[in-house]
Amino acid sequence: MIDVAWSDFTPWTALTGGLLIGLAAALFLLLNGRIAGISGILGGLLSPTRGDIVWRLAFIGGLIGAPLAWIMMADLPPIEINAGYPSLIIAGLLVGVGTRYGSGCTSGHGVCGLSRLSLRSLAATLSFMAAGFITVYIIRHLLGV
Amino acid sequence: MKYTLASLLAGLIFGFGLIISGMANPEKVLGFLDITGLWDPSLAFVMAGAIIVGIGAFAIARRRTLSFLGFSMKIPTSSHIDKRLIFGGLSFGVGWGIAGFCPGPGLVALGAGEIKAAVFVVSMVAGMAVFELIERQRVKA
Repeated sequence: MIDVAWSDFTPWTALTGGLLIGLAAALFLLLNGRIAGISGILGGLLSPTRGDIVWRLAFIGGLIGAPLAWIMMADLPPIEINAGYPSLIIAGLLVGVGTRYGSGCTSGHGVCGLSRLSLRSLAATLSFMAAGFITVYIIRHLLGV
Repeated sequence: MKYTLASLLAGLIFGFGLIISGMANPEKVLGFLDITGLWDPSLAFVMAGAIIVGIGAFAIARRRTLSFLGFSMKIPTSSHIDKRLIFGGLSFGVGWGIAGFCPGPGLVALGAGEIKAAVFVVSMVAGMAVFELIERQRVKA
């Protein structure tokens, strides 16, 4: 049975944030004609071609700049990173290699791909969700870390 | 210039969405992935909110050959489900489950000045570089 952590569950801020993420993806699609897939936008910088660099840096800059703009208006919600450095390095490598082989991450496949009803993106999303659930199960409940 | 500004704006709004939703916090993401423990369904609501808007946007985009700023539409056409897609997704999912970071939240947490997020992002870019090197070798071979 699923045991819901009601005290952690934040449906309204989650939905509001989700609508904003959707708005960002919609703007990017309707103004620039592109998919807001963050791993693809970042990864494309590693095989740069002329005229294809600045917009990528601008999008990444917007993401990195968002918390900086936020703290001028309000306190930043907590960011709790409990993974140790070795775990973060392994996680980063896996996320980097995996998102490039799989041609996308939570934004490109999860948000944009599902929005355009792509079966390919659904398959990718089910793959990384399943792997995420199993990994957390192993780490938290089998290894008890 | 318009293209760059629209990219910046989209990145910024995307970042705000991640912050408001709590998804820039790896512990909250792991709370969603811990479905056999005490489960926090918030991430599903984030996805739902984003997809509701996204469906509308793609319905409009599908009927256009040029964007509203006059750029060509670059919507993926591949529908191929192959080993690369699945193994890539699985590797990404394992990494996601280890630290609770996917690419967007990693970049936002980096912007918030988290050293650990910086370590994650540098490792992620290194992973992407490994992919590039392997792909270049593969194309040559």
